[in-house]
Amino acid sequence: MSNLFTSSIGKKLIMSLAGLFLIVFLVVHLGINLSLIFSDTRESFNKAAHFMSSNLLIKIVEIILFGGLFLHMFYGFYLQIKNWIARGRFYSINNYSQTSFFSKFMIHTAVIITVFIIIHLSDFFFKSKFSGEIPVVFYNGKSYHDLGILVIEKFKIPGFVIFYIVCFIFLAFHLLHGFWSAFQTLGLDHRLYTPWIKVIGVLYTILVTAGFTLIPVYIYFFM
Amino acid sequence: MDFTLKIWRQENARAKGRFVTYHVTGISPECSFLEMLDILNQQLIDKFEKPVCYDHDCREGICGACGLYINGRPHGQDDGVTTCQLHMRRYRDGDTITVEPWRAKPFPVIKDLVVDRSAFDKIIASGGYISVSTGGVPDANTILVPKEDAELAMDAAACIGCGACVAACKNASAMLFVASKVSQFAKLPQGRVEAKERVKKMVAKMDELGFGACTNTGACEVECPKNISLSHIACLNREYFKAKIL
Ligand code: HEM
Ligand code: FES
Repeated sequence: MSNLFTSSIGKKLIMSLAGLFLIVFLVVHLGINLSLIFSDTRESFNKAAHFMSSNLLIKIVEIILFGGLFLHMFYGFYLQIKNWIARGRFYSINNYSQTSFFSKFMIHTAVIITVFIIIHLSDFFFKSKFSGEIPVVFYNGKSYHDLGILVIEKFKIPGFVIFYIVCFIFLAFHLLHGFWSAFQTLGLDHRLYTPWIKVIGVLYTILVTAGFTLIPVYIYFFM
Repeated sequence: MDFTLKIWRQENARAKGRFVTYHVTGISPECSFLEMLDILNQQLIDKFEKPVCYDHDCREGICGACGLYINGRPHGQDDGVTTCQLHMRRYRDGDTITVEPWRAKPFPVIKDLVVDRSAFDKIIASGGYISVSTGGVPDANTILVPKEDAELAMDAAACIGCGACVAACKNASAMLFVASKVSQFAKLPQGRVEAKERVKKMVAKMDELGFGACTNTGACEVECPKNISLSHIACLNREYFKAKIL
């Protein structure tokens, strides 16, 4: 066991498991966000947000989530730097073999996602956790943070809407390769099922990105 | 046919290399790429210039010595062939062709287009063999091997260790090479005995020598002159996890 995680394959194992965890998390995140635009009041969204920040089990999952995200990012950058070193001198004519297009730009999409995550967390997550600027609402006599109004106010700013959508598109590029890649890294390759994993990866990417894009657009135009 | 060639010239491992432009004339379309280089070298020798060093041996696509990075692709633009099997009829008269050596830290340039690929030998030496006694040649069908496994092992065994996978990979990763060498044994009963030790040692050696990590880009599979499939890399990963975790 000792050096499983120091080997290149072991590091990729961690990246792929963390990546798959993030893929599942995105679905949960999307579900909660959609409740903001699909219900007339902000009650269900605020309650869900409250649940996510108070439930003990969710708090444990949250630690795993942040730990996983950190490891995914850390090893992503670490391995990329090692890979550049492994090349040594770069070719004068870059290789243009016909391969999966987005796989060549994982580090570039990753940098954009990193910037996005920092801005996104400081706008919503850290604000709700650590500062008292958030308005309060009462449902059945209990007080809740009105995170919903915070989101709606943000998405009334056109630049903000555009920034979010652009980032979602780059996340989609990341996932178009990442989804299948995680299975390959885990060794889950099969003559019959691998083509289906690729199809599901594309469908997942399109649905999730479309879902996340819908929210700022809907809020901007209709709320 | 006439060509303009931009060729990497480097005196020795420590020298700083550079591209030198040559014009080669009177090439027949039936010439292989290496024969074209031979004609260039003869023309250089006639002018009392130093010929271009490049590696070759069998000239029939089985030894893996002739790796050249031609116009941005290992072994040139054709699929499933080595440089020695590439012919000048694939180019147009007057084309400019850029020729570089494999570029990877673990494959240092020795001279001009020749690189030191002994890193691959070191990986093999670390475990890419069978050391248990397998006895004499057994009677047919005494050791049963499923047809599919036999085919997969055979596909993996087609690897000639040319290094095109490393040269093509944006990470200079040797995963396809190591995967072939692990997979060809892992699929067969004789190879299973030492499977765990083998994969652990070979992966450790690959990392130690400074090859990059795989990002499943698949350039190796595209450029491999023997068309070895990426699914062998998934097999390598499986073998590695099995050896480490189970
Ligand atoms: C919600 C966010 C993210 C998701 C769902 C995600 C998902 C994935 C998945 C599934 C893979 C394939 C892993 C593998 O093949 O083993 C991957 C690869 C990668 N990720 Fe992410 N990722 C996310 C965010 C990030 C961030 C913020 C970074 C920043 C460093 C990053 C960097 C990388 C890199 C460099 C790779 C390439 C490695 C490879 O191709 O194997 N990812 N990602
Ligand atoms: S010279 Fe042997 S493969 Fe080309």
